[in-house]
Amino acid sequence: MSAVTTASQHHRKAAIGAGASGALMLAPAVFVLLVWSVVPLVLTLWYSFQNYNLVDPTLHGFAGVNNYWYLLSDPDFLQSLLNTAILVIGVLVISVGGGTLLAVLYDQEFVGRGVARVLVISPFFVMPTVSALLWKNLMLHPIYGVYSWMMRAVGLTPIDWLQRFPMLTVMMIVAWEWLPFAVLILLTAVQSLDAEQKEAALLDGAGPVARFFHIVLPHLSRAIAVVVMIETIYLLTIFAEIMVTTAGGPGVASTNLAYLIYSRALLQFDVGGASAGGVIAIVIANIAAAFLVRAVARHLEV
Amino acid sequence: MATVELKNIRKTYTSEEIIKGVDLSIESKEFVVFVGPSGCGKSTLLRMIAGLEDISSGDLLIDGRRVNDLAPAERGLAMVFQSYALYPHMNVYQNMEFGLKLAKTPEAERREKILAVAQTLQLENYLKHKPGQLSGGQRQRVAIGRAIVRNPKVFLFDEPLSNLDASLRGQMRVELATLHRRLGATTIYVTHDQIEAMTMADKIVVLQKGIVEQVGSPLELYDHPRNLFVAKFIGSPPMNFLPGTVIAASEEQVRVRLASGQEIAVAAGSAQDLVGAGVTLGVRPEHIRLGDSVENRGSGQVELVEYLGSAAHLHVRMQDGALLVIQTEGGVGVHADDAVTFSFPAERCHLFNSEGVALHRRSSGRMAA
Ligand SMILES: Nc1ncnc2c1ncn2[C@@H]1O[C@H](COP(=O)(O)OP(=O)(O)OP(=O)(O)O)[C@@H](O)[C@H]1O
Ligand SMILES: [Mg+2]
Repeated sequence: MSAVTTASQHHRKAAIGAGASGALMLAPAVFVLLVWSVVPLVLTLWYSFQNYNLVDPTLHGFAGVNNYWYLLSDPDFLQSLLNTAILVIGVLVISVGGGTLLAVLYDQEFVGRGVARVLVISPFFVMPTVSALLWKNLMLHPIYGVYSWMMRAVGLTPIDWLQRFPMLTVMMIVAWEWLPFAVLILLTAVQSLDAEQKEAALLDGAGPVARFFHIVLPHLSRAIAVVVMIETIYLLTIFAEIMVTTAGGPGVASTNLAYLIYSRALLQFDVGGASAGGVIAIVIANIAAAFLVRAVARHLEV
Repeated sequence: MATVELKNIRKTYTSEEIIKGVDLSIESKEFVVFVGPSGCGKSTLLRMIAGLEDISSGDLLIDGRRVNDLAPAERGLAMVFQSYALYPHMNVYQNMEFGLKLAKTPEAERREKILAVAQTLQLENYLKHKPGQLSGGQRQRVAIGRAIVRNPKVFLFDEPLSNLDASLRGQMRVELATLHRRLGATTIYVTHDQIEAMTMADKIVVLQKGIVEQVGSPLELYDHPRNLFVAKFIGSPPMNFLPGTVIAASEEQVRVRLASGQEIAVAAGSAQDLVGAGVTLGVRPEHIRLGDSVENRGSGQVELVEYLGSAAHLHVRMQDGALLVIQTEGGVGVHADDAVTFSFPAERCHLFNSEGVALHRRSSGRMAA
């Protein structure tokens, strides 16, 4: 009862003066959010300046920038940064490039288009671990894999993809997962292109290539920007596919930043070092996000 | 400039025939308007001429050459779409330049042409604007400009003014008519606005369900509609129709008894055997004269008066319940619920037989006027 009166009093006050009561009402939600995001962040920051190794309890206390120094001077770290960049850029190129072409293709009338569309979208609904396993065991397994069987069927020696080209293979698997997303978004964008605009271009004498570059692609630029932004956020943190297929190897050949942090923390039990890696990952993600948001915002303006 | 000829053109969409054999010949420099109710196939016919739809059968000739199998761009025509269909990411200049660029016109020539067209259409100050920054009327001008710069043999317009408000539509109508007179290009224009059709056309083509009902100049269609459909479609407010029976017919005159019992003499020639047949009397609202008269007299009660300033429309209920619209000049001091008498001038009446085909009229209304 009293709660009701105070609430209504608050309401009246808010109508008259400042938004103090509004802030009060928001407080619980804001508090939860803060706890949710700030506490882990602060803890990570805290650990990153500590000597903290689970297998060596004798070593503890403030570490200064040692964890960072140790990480930044580690060649594995540089390799993982490079791998992260390769993975993100490679998958973006494949999924956006392929997605655009497929979207334009699937916009055409052809027999069985409905079924084909469902098929092309479906990989997106497979869990990353599952799809990685599918690729590793069902497709690319040097002995039982479908690919190997096909190669042998025509008398060729199959390549052990995950051993020979681990980074490339992981990239292909991730691209296979993300291509449907790009197709989905870009297809809806292609379909929203005004038919009369295409016809006007036709009357202007534009062939298929000119229509693609001058009409379709500019129309898609916004959707492409959105796809790039969303995919980048997810691709920076690819983990399951690497975990399942190569476990970051051979060596660190397919270790990206996320996997490096995992291996530091849970394989080498170096919580301090892993936290430092986490902080660096946050910084990188923010830099990438800042650039992307700017680029996208510019596109959305028009 | 160019002639366009349609020979028994047909269009079939999955078993349904939409255009059922259209024959039409369009002279050079002629302004032809396709009119008809929604869904009658105007756009389809226009798009077939443009090359955006396949022609199921028949021949399309431009300048005497069969172009059925030519790509749209090779037919030498330009089209202005209802939605303008401007390229949104290009500015006005680039929109007009696109076709020229693809045609490999040299830069300097492109520039010269675009600037000239922009001047004609009063777009000089907007060349750097994107379509999104323009008003509806300006966008329409850009769309027209984009068509003009390519110097096409034939212009095609599909309801280009239907997205504009009434006053802008009137203004653009005048601009288009002026432009046509200046450029002298053969033009095919689709509309369902019969004012546009009447004011701009050299020749109106009335379509219904994929069939050409009548082709003729605006005045021909107004004075001599070939059948009920055309009579209904041309003229605003539409013609009044009253059912009746022929009681006497000669070469000079047909006498009709209306359902209300009134007898009307119509200056139409007819064979004797029409006597006793059911016919429809058609008379335009602007041709009915208020006031008592001996011949062709009618009477009724005013239900509604619509004042338009220069004219008024009286909605009159006749004794037999038929509703009639009479157009009078100015406010004539007639009010709702007044009883009025009026007359149908014999030489202004139309008669349609039971199939809806017009009986030959002896004198044109225009000469009598
Ligand atoms: N792609 C298509 N498939 C099947 N039928 C079609 C197709 N396009 C048009 N039609 C049919 O053709 C007929 C004529 O259409 P059209 O667009 O030419 O009409 P219109 O005279 O331009 O009408 P409006 O004044 O409403 O624009 C319509 O009945 C329509 O349903
Ligand atoms: Mg139409």
